[in-house]
Amino acid sequence: MIARAIIAALLMLLLGGAARAERLIVSVSNHRVTVTPNYSGEELVLFGSVERDAATPANRNAYDLVVTVLGPRADMVTRRKERKFGIWINTDYRQFLQVPSYLALFANRPFDQITSPEIARRQQIGLNNVLLTQRVGTDYADVVPDDAFRSAFIRLRTQRGLYREDPSAVTFLTPTLFRTGIPLPAEVPIGTYEVEIKLFANGALVTKTETAFEIVKVGFEQFVATSARQNGLAYGLVTAALALMCGWAASIVFRKD
Amino acid sequence: MQLYLPIADLPVNVFLVLAMGAAVGFVSGMFGIGGGFLMTPLLIFVGIAPAVAVASVASHIAASSFSGAISYWRRRAIDPALATVLLCGGVTGTALGVWTFTQLRALGQLDLMIALSYVVLLTTVGSLMFSEGLRAMMRTRRGTVPPRRTHNWIHGLPLKMRFKRSKIYLSVIPVVVVGIIIGFIGAIMGIGGGFILVPIMIYLLRVPTSTVIGTSMILTLVTMLVATMLHAMTNHLVDAVLALILMVGGVTGAQFGARAGQKIRGEQLRLLLGLLILAVGLRFAVELVLRPEDLFTIREIGVTG
Repeated sequence: MIARAIIAALLMLLLGGAARAERLIVSVSNHRVTVTPNYSGEELVLFGSVERDAATPANRNAYDLVVTVLGPRADMVTRRKERKFGIWINTDYRQFLQVPSYLALFANRPFDQITSPEIARRQQIGLNNVLLTQRVGTDYADVVPDDAFRSAFIRLRTQRGLYREDPSAVTFLTPTLFRTGIPLPAEVPIGTYEVEIKLFANGALVTKTETAFEIVKVGFEQFVATSARQNGLAYGLVTAALALMCGWAASIVFRKD
Repeated sequence: MQLYLPIADLPVNVFLVLAMGAAVGFVSGMFGIGGGFLMTPLLIFVGIAPAVAVASVASHIAASSFSGAISYWRRRAIDPALATVLLCGGVTGTALGVWTFTQLRALGQLDLMIALSYVVLLTTVGSLMFSEGLRAMMRTRRGTVPPRRTHNWIHGLPLKMRFKRSKIYLSVIPVVVVGIIIGFIGAIMGIGGGFILVPIMIYLLRVPTSTVIGTSMILTLVTMLVATMLHAMTNHLVDAVLALILMVGGVTGAQFGARAGQKIRGEQLRLLLGLLILAVGLRFAVELVLRPEDLFTIREIGVTG
């Protein structure tokens, strides 16, 4: 305990001292992405630069960058099928609490080359280290990375393009100027997205900054989705009326006599 | 042309869905059925969540049965009294069905129940129809007369009522029970139930063929409207955009199907329909027995923030 506290205090000192030396300036290409009915995915671009000042150690010029994009949080259930009575049915399940609906981790080189496993775990770098709280009975905890439900959850989200990690997505255009693309698939969840940018040098976290963007759905289809959720009765009435009108119109159009 | 379905949360090709609607409409027009038992599975196989498929198809069936009901009404082929009694049961059954649907969904067993009900119902009805169609074809080939209709135990039940237009004198109990059953399975499976209701009404209740289809369409229409409303209010799963495309495709296809159907003989039609129903049921059975590609599934409970 004491040893850990000392390490933490030292680290704080180290970080505090370093934070004054470099500054990150970042921006995303679009702070408000609108999803229209024919939206089929797009890519945002995050770019920025590392500002150095007099306090920056002169020999420090190789930087590493980790970008984490977190979508709006939601509760999710992962279910596992098992064979019972000859058919496959859902048996066991785990509830994931307030996990990001979109999660992307980008870096300029493999995470294990950027920093130590200890720091990577504390800074939640890599899909294996991101905190995904599960409810196990009455307990709330994240589990080991190779837990069946956890890895299935990440695998399924990755298949849908909603979770991703790419240790080569960040490119340094000059030693201090960088950019990365943030791919947003067609079924991207709407809401506010947080972007955390962490700067590493020689395996230690130097500084970090945050930015955000928003994904909004516009147009008819969003109107439909919102009214379905908020005014179920009116929505149902309109749909029923639509059905009747459609049937009535058909009987007129195709009337034989 | 890609279109994003707001509730199904999925981009689909408009022409694919339109073609599906038209194809199912063609079949339904040909056999004089609602086609829900084909539409819902097709949507599920395309990748739409079973829950959304069931809820959205309800409004699609309402549309096609309404256009059918109008033309039967004009021909005075609907028995209003019989329809009313059926509806008493039908609406109750639908409400029960939607409630069960919500409970199963919370338990995570909805998809399984939908699949299981399809297997059981479709394989049974399909094989019955197929064998019945085969027997009928044999009879016509041999030139024998089908057996005369006789009264069965159902006609011994109390609470009898006279249904003038159908010219039958029948207890209301079996009629209400049939309504409840059809309403219940309709709400859970996303089918109108016409393909089960019509045989039951003919063979069990002895409703004459002149009023049977029109009257069953009224039951389908009202139960599906109620199902649409209840699914929209409780589960928020009705995709109006999807339903609209299906409706347009479906009612168009149905007109051409009806014309094609007139060229085929009755027992051949029944044979074909039986095969079709059997095939869909078996497709679901195979899905259940084979090891799924992925044993895990994710469902979002609700987005916050």
